[in-house]
Amino acid sequence: MSAIQLAQDAVNLNQGLAAIGYGLAAIGPGIGVGLIFSSVISGTARQPEARGVLLSLAWTTFAIVEVLALIGFVVYFIATAG
Amino acid sequence: MVLASGDKFVAPGVADFFLPPIFGSVTKPMVLLVLSILIIGAFFIAATRNLKLVPGKFQFAAESLYDFGRNNIAREQIGAKDFKPFIPLIISIFTFVLVNNLFGLIPIVQFPTMSHIGFPLAVSLLVVYPVYHFVGFKRHGFVGYLKHQTVPPGAPWFVLPLLIPIEFFQKFILNPITLAIRVFAAMFAGHLLLLVFTLAGEFLLLNGGITVIVAPVSFAFAIALTFLEALIMCLQAYIFALLSASYIGMALAEEH
Repeated sequence: MSAIQLAQDAVNLNQGLAAIGYGLAAIGPGIGVGLIFSSVISGTARQPEARGVLLSLAWTTFAIVEVLALIGFVVYFIATAG
Repeated sequence: MVLASGDKFVAPGVADFFLPPIFGSVTKPMVLLVLSILIIGAFFIAATRNLKLVPGKFQFAAESLYDFGRNNIAREQIGAKDFKPFIPLIISIFTFVLVNNLFGLIPIVQFPTMSHIGFPLAVSLLVVYPVYHFVGFKRHGFVGYLKHQTVPPGAPWFVLPLLIPIEFFQKFILNPITLAIRVFAAMFAGHLLLLVFTLAGEFLLLNGGITVIVAPVSFAFAIALTFLEALIMCLQAYIFALLSASYIGMALAEEH
């Protein structure tokens, strides 16, 4: 009996797979957030007085991109709970 | 890593967020929610009861909060023409989310209310969502508003059958949900991260043999993450208010 139990536990890869999936899902938003703020930095370097406008635009875009990573995080918990 | 004694380390999970009820079916987040409203109300009443031309410290704090919400969030996102009626709403949302997030850092309280999905979802579905669609319908009329929200200007006609359902899905279904998930997931993840490092530190300290020497590292990480968490809490409250204002602004905007 316990051998079967052990085998089942060994086969249950859900948690590890979910963690890998979240890692993969975080790549895209990571690149996106990086691109957003790199544009803000270079934009500010070219035109320092536009910093305020650029930053408020950046936070709105950042929020849109960031939610992808956060949805991945929520999905991770849904996947591991099942 | 081989531990000298004690049982295995159990990583904290979702179950740690469901605390036993305080009395009846009243739980900690509910109490904190009421507490936050009392705190915000008392703060603004106390700060504005005795207004002076030269503000004291207390009045200055309240004024800069108001100024931030008015100029940096509402006016920038909604536009200088019709942002005035929305200032109280935006500032209420901002302070409400901010105080509820900051509960996660205050000793003894130490629980961000927004880490339960129900609370941000209620704010976004019952407050923000009706408001911005209502003002949109009022401004543009029923058909006009639907067209305004779902047909992006300048799109060629042959992509419209594809674009309209996507835009509709995003504007009417996805927006309020992502607004709530954003603050919920950030609070949940942050609180879980603090739990992991604190509990791991405790476990290493109490149950480890030689591993006791790495326990301070874990606690140091927990402290550093607390500061990061403070930043994220303020940022998420700002983003929540900013996006609410931005949705209202988009609903009100003239054809561009």
